[in-house]
Amino acid sequence: MFGLANPDRFLRFTHPLMPVVWTLAVVLLAAGTWLAFTAPEDFRQGDTVRIMFVHVPAASVGLGIYLALGVSSFFALVFRHPLADAAARAAALPGAAFTALALVTGSLWGKPMWGAWWVWGDARLMSELVLLLFYIGYMALRASIDDETRAARAAAVLGLVGLVNLPIIKFSVDWWNTLHQPASLLRADGPSVTADILAPLLTSMAAWAVFFLAVWLTAIRTEIIRRRVLSIRARRAQEA
Amino acid sequence: MLDLDMSPYGAFVWPAWTISAAVLAALAARVLLAARRWSADLKRLEADRTEA
Repeated sequence: MFGLANPDRFLRFTHPLMPVVWTLAVVLLAAGTWLAFTAPEDFRQGDTVRIMFVHVPAASVGLGIYLALGVSSFFALVFRHPLADAAARAAALPGAAFTALALVTGSLWGKPMWGAWWVWGDARLMSELVLLLFYIGYMALRASIDDETRAARAAAVLGLVGLVNLPIIKFSVDWWNTLHQPASLLRADGPSVTADILAPLLTSMAAWAVFFLAVWLTAIRTEIIRRRVLSIRARRAQEA
Repeated sequence: MLDLDMSPYGAFVWPAWTISAAVLAALAARVLLAARRWSADLKRLEADRTEA
């Protein structure tokens, strides 16, 4: 596993995987969409339940992406490994996009169900907003420092600090009295949703996770290649 | 059975799906275009080095 931390080996290993992962992502997204619009409507929420099939994957995978960013930041900071830094950097934009989607689709779900687009003071909504701000802060910090090594170290520290927010998001619905519903899948007594809703939901979550994997691996590969290009250009500029 | 009649919630369901699809498509396009561009740059630089 640690052998893959070598950028050359990583490029060689992932090269044949890329078409497989992208194809799997497209197939799973298509299957998830089909199942989402063939599932029966909820007896209480009606057709708004179909928003769940984009909202929950966006929110849960967005959370998982931050975990990937934080762990990569740890390895980048402690072992100063360039691949770990590339992995953290490559995770930031998709993570921000997924978290923004979770907030927007949650808002579109909240209006017909709660009667409000947004509730200031709701612990789940606010902690999810803080997650988006961590993603934006991470990207802004990297962009604001010209020296890439210094930018990587500063961003890695911020990435690690943001990990504190993850359990707060997960348990916000248990620790505080919020408008947001409690967990429906990861519960001690098993999922609280019925099988005809669970199948499209799990398929969609798998689809979004594999889609992220495809985007992430492609972005890490591109980052390695970009650094090589910049290094060759810098060497030639010195020689000239 | 395919159900595309979202009434009376179409104004909420369709934007949620449309925005999600647009964002996923934009993420895919951005990362694939960047991969193509930097790979082409690297190939060009390596070809220059071989010629030199």
